[in-house]
Amino acid sequence: MISIKDVKKIYDSKKGQIKAVDEVNLEIKEGEIFGVIGYSGAGKSTLIRMLNGLELPTQGSVTVAGNEVSRIKGSKLRKARQEISMIFQHFNLLWSRTVRDNIAFPLEIAGVSRKERLKKVDDLIRLVGLEGREDAYPSQLSGGQKQRVGIARALANNPKVLLCDEATSALDPETTDSILELLVDINERLGLTIVLITHEMHVIRKICHRVAVMEGGRIVEIGPVLDVFKNPKATITKRFVQQVTEPEETKETIDHLVDLYPQGKVVQLGFVGEAAEQPLITNLIRNFQVTVNILQGKISQTQSGSYGTLFIHVDGQAEEVAKAIDYIHSQRVGVEVISNA
Amino acid sequence: MLNEWFPNVKWDSMWEATMETLYMTAISVVATFVLGAILGLLLFLTSKGNIWENVMISKVISAFVNIFRSIPFIILIVLLIPFTKFLIGTMIGENAALPALIIGAAPFYARMVEIGLREIDKGVIEAAKSMGAKTSTIIWKVLLPESMPALVSGITVTAIALVGYTAMAGVIGAGGLGNLAYLEGFQRSRNDVTLMATIIILIIVFIIQIIGDLITTKLDKR
Repeated sequence: MISIKDVKKIYDSKKGQIKAVDEVNLEIKEGEIFGVIGYSGAGKSTLIRMLNGLELPTQGSVTVAGNEVSRIKGSKLRKARQEISMIFQHFNLLWSRTVRDNIAFPLEIAGVSRKERLKKVDDLIRLVGLEGREDAYPSQLSGGQKQRVGIARALANNPKVLLCDEATSALDPETTDSILELLVDINERLGLTIVLITHEMHVIRKICHRVAVMEGGRIVEIGPVLDVFKNPKATITKRFVQQVTEPEETKETIDHLVDLYPQGKVVQLGFVGEAAEQPLITNLIRNFQVTVNILQGKISQTQSGSYGTLFIHVDGQAEEVAKAIDYIHSQRVGVEVISNA
Repeated sequence: MLNEWFPNVKWDSMWEATMETLYMTAISVVATFVLGAILGLLLFLTSKGNIWENVMISKVISAFVNIFRSIPFIILIVLLIPFTKFLIGTMIGENAALPALIIGAAPFYARMVEIGLREIDKGVIEAAKSMGAKTSTIIWKVLLPESMPALVSGITVTAIALVGYTAMAGVIGAGGLGNLAYLEGFQRSRNDVTLMATIIILIIVFIIQIIGDLITTKLDKR
């Protein structure tokens, strides 16, 4: 559906050339929810803007839904853009138009008749759950509602691809979740390919099938979300994975725990996929002469399975503790012994 | 009572002068709105980072606007005498004032239009582009509607300035309340006539301001 080949984007600035995107190759399949994560300045914004021709690559080619958007111009590009819609961090709604008229705007651009527009807009309002707010102006809506208008507007011309530019970064956590659920729902119902960029691993974890990690204009890591969570390779990826698997201030908490439990061992377990759903702790206590204290833990759902970390304190005879840890090792669970008391 | 306070005011000629002032103001406001909006749009669209980015055109329009905005109006009228004579055929009467009024006010308004357009969120323009909008669609359906409150409050200020300009134009023969105040009031030392003309001009200005504010508030849904 989307194919990015050897793409480079170089900006000239006073301080010389800046490589915003550097040698990026990417294939995104139809119906996929693909996430690009990176800190600001990583080039992800430039990358997503090349998918609808808002930015042109300095080198390389970008093909979306059969159109080489990096080459076509004029009316052909405008036509292609109707199949590649976009939603934005700051929603970018027309404040001078009501919800209904905002959603109708892309239909006006596409030259749809007034009667059809009204019908289509009503369908879209229902799809995004904005019934009763049709005649409100954007200034009268909450952030989440504004993004719903943005999504309805993006879907108006039955696009093949939806680009999400930090679409949830301006929203509170709860609203973020509801918008993400809506995106998944749309992806499943309409079979829409979704490309999203974000700096929040939470967003990737929640809805993406595959993820690419960007740093300094390059893709440093790419793969199915669960694989990346299970086995992050690049340092920056590890940092992003920590965002969701380890509760905040984990390090301080663990140091504190190590002080608190001088005997036995504090062990960090990493669960991925089915392993996360086994009764591991029960087995430990039943089969080994150890006491197990659950210190802290978090299990998160991704689109293709669960992932989690658990900190436990294992105490008992040194021999039994060692056996218990060997057992955990055998269970396809990541183990890291944090303290040796 | 009015006749006691304003013994020298001839009401029919005062009424006629008011109509002349309103005529000059109305025509020049409409023309300034159109011309200023076009110039303002060009200033905005050709500036850096915009749809028709073009340094040359941008600089030329900008220079034109700055020059005509800087010339004091009374001097502009004199400078434009040959042009006006060519266009209207005379230097006397309300119509003769129009070229100078419009050329004096349009550049002033163009700058206000440009400022109004600059205030539009760039993201909204980007969103329209991402939907496949043509430039004409962006102008008519995004730029103008989204900047409308600024355009209206700008034309209100300009209209008030134009009322002042008509009075100046009046002094050199264009008719209207300025002409009346100068010829009948000042030159014949009939202060009551000058005062009445001033009061009427003030009323016109207040009415313009009130209408402008009303429309701006009504349009602004931000």
